[in-house]
Amino acid sequence: MSERPLLSVRGLTKRYGERTGCVDVGFDLWPGEVLGVVGESGSGKTTILHCLSGRTAATAGSATFVQRDGTVVDLLRMPEAARRRLARTDWAMVQQNPRDGLRMSVTAGANVGEPLMALGARHYGEIRGRALDWLGQVEIPLDRIDDLPATFSGGMQQRLQIARSLVTRPRMVFMDEPTGGLDVSVQARLLDLLRGLVADLGLAAIVVTHDLAVTRLLAHRLLVMRGGEIVESGLTDQILDDPQHPYSQLLVSSVLPP
Amino acid sequence: MSAYNFAYLDEQTKRMIRRAILKAIAIPGYQVPFGSREMPLSYGWGTGGVQVTASVIGPDDVLKVIDQGADDTTNAVSIRHFFARTTGVRTTTRTDEATLIQTRHRIPETPLCAGQIMVFQVPIPEPLRWLEPRETETRTMHALEEYGVMHVRLYEDITQHGRVATAYDYPVRVNGRYIMRPSPIPKFDNPKLDRSPALLLFGAGREKRIYAVPPWTPVKSLDFDDHPFTIERWEEACALCGSRESFLDEVIVDDKGGRIFVCSDTDYCGRRREHLA
Amino acid sequence: MSEQTVPLLRVRDLAKTFTLHTQGGVTLPVLRRVSLRVDAGECVALAGPSGSGKSTLLRAVYGNYKAKGGQILVRHRDRLVDMVSAGPREVLDVRRVSVGHVSQFLRVIPRVPAEEVVAEPLLALGVPRNQALERARALLARLKIPPRLWPLSPVTFSGGEQQRVNVARGFIGGHTILLLDEPTASLDAASRGVVVQLIREARERGAALLGTFHDADARAMVATRVVSLAEAEAA
Repeated sequence: MSERPLLSVRGLTKRYGERTGCVDVGFDLWPGEVLGVVGESGSGKTTILHCLSGRTAATAGSATFVQRDGTVVDLLRMPEAARRRLARTDWAMVQQNPRDGLRMSVTAGANVGEPLMALGARHYGEIRGRALDWLGQVEIPLDRIDDLPATFSGGMQQRLQIARSLVTRPRMVFMDEPTGGLDVSVQARLLDLLRGLVADLGLAAIVVTHDLAVTRLLAHRLLVMRGGEIVESGLTDQILDDPQHPYSQLLVSSVLPP
Repeated sequence: MSAYNFAYLDEQTKRMIRRAILKAIAIPGYQVPFGSREMPLSYGWGTGGVQVTASVIGPDDVLKVIDQGADDTTNAVSIRHFFARTTGVRTTTRTDEATLIQTRHRIPETPLCAGQIMVFQVPIPEPLRWLEPRETETRTMHALEEYGVMHVRLYEDITQHGRVATAYDYPVRVNGRYIMRPSPIPKFDNPKLDRSPALLLFGAGREKRIYAVPPWTPVKSLDFDDHPFTIERWEEACALCGSRESFLDEVIVDDKGGRIFVCSDTDYCGRRREHLA
Repeated sequence: MSEQTVPLLRVRDLAKTFTLHTQGGVTLPVLRRVSLRVDAGECVALAGPSGSGKSTLLRAVYGNYKAKGGQILVRHRDRLVDMVSAGPREVLDVRRVSVGHVSQFLRVIPRVPAEEVVAEPLLALGVPRNQALERARALLARLKIPPRLWPLSPVTFSGGEQQRVNVARGFIGGHTILLLDEPTASLDAASRGVVVQLIREARERGAALLGTFHDADARAMVATRVVSLAEAEAA
């Protein structure tokens, strides 16, 4: 309980001229915990991920991250080379559309093996073995290892993306609407998979979603965002069962019962 | 003598290209952009190689030009005549007599020595282009040594064919740093790049890039630990000179599918036959 | 109560009001300054008409509802933690280690087998997987859930079967404080008997239990004290 947070975000602000992406966002993320960020479109939740992953430059704020060797870096101020290197070793991103996170023109096995090869793996047999192992973990039939992702269903593509992002055992994962666009039954399977992986690997994760059911299943804590600001934060079950802020209450009450 | 400037190019262009060449030599394997000029031959026919040769050639040079190993194919003959006309420089077919060799798609069998310059004609200089169409991205990948994708290419080959199927233009790592395409030479010739005593220059006219491997530079062909790099081997010997060491071309000799294997390097083959005679 | 009894749970002046912003900001004061204590070995049954806030109190103690005022002190790792002011991570740690909970409804996650649902609190405490599953199965067996159901998700179980999985999950962790919200609801006599046993065993090992029991017989069998919410509010 006395360990320090893996990631500490303070005052994160992104403005697009007059418009705001997010304003004064602050939170901590500890190893092994899942933080859900919920809100509707335009709430700023995806902007947070884009700033942290370096896809877009923040206007202000800091995001201190503890590297494997214990040294602390500010993700928002790192030189691009260092950030890209960290993105290969310490953290991973799962995109909403799996096509954005996969190489569609290479086989499933190559997709999972590439991060290993990028880190210097040079034994074909071992690389293939680890790819098979991960396909098994994400419940993709092993005989699909040499197939192109374009031949996979949406759910399978998403699971392949998850395998590709976790194969190097990152300590932190960002997920942007990981179940978006998938059929409900496929979502359930994927969420269950994610739950298990996060627990088994002790991952810290930030899951951005508009779907409250996803957060109940995956997240320990929640941030509720609206208009670029955090309006409420706390335990997932507490926010979903006893929301305090008017907007949180609106979100929760708007969910249609199954 | 023709009415052209020595070696066709104007002096300012030569200076620009020489600067690019010096930069390329200083950063082995790194692709240096240059202002490729209009040449009296189309793109795809060796404009890059010709511009590099034209910028380094001097009146005392002895020039050899080969195409697929042969001195007597149309393209080799044309380029050799071009330089003869615009420089008056002595030309030869003998590898050991040349100071400057321009080549398309082969390295001669006769070992090169210090003081020689090989100029390679390059169609596509970028080894990462097969996966990444954006130039901005490939430049970043080179700068950050993000070369995972090159091994992906080999992985896919082994998956599909059981072995690395790339036979030409086999990617190499130069001086432990940049990954380079050695031009469409057969992989058979890749070992000749490693620690060559000669200066190796690469010119891509259409793509406007020059790169270089200075003498004695380590050049390693990419492979996997359990699928090491190997070169081609033939069961046959050359039908003309009997060599079992050189790169052989397959030649169809009649309408019934009869074929023979002969050395692709005409100079090497011819000299062996001289010795045997 | 002797001087030696250890207060494991102490609620002081707990207040809880619901403000329904989506309905014009109407306020529902449910708990007004509730105070009570539960010591080791006690099982305190909350009494009161339905809607009076018994469930709300349990949920507030668990940290599921956010209190508006007062204190909820629980003994956790040799100190007292106030669940009202504790941060989310601390609440999670308290739930993992010290405060167990049997809710009224089992929240079912499709695809997770019953034995995993029950084993999870042990896994969270670091118990090796095969041990955790063994203990989960033993407890399910005690609660008369047949082995063929153990690898199945409770999604298809009857209400009574789901409730028994719920009970198993709540008791397996051996927590020092247990919150029981109608633990015998939808159970037949035999299963109720097992739950009563489990409660007794928990008391015997020094746990403090706070619960609501609609079933008067069950309440009579397990409760060491009955506290009505009205009394607790005046205290």
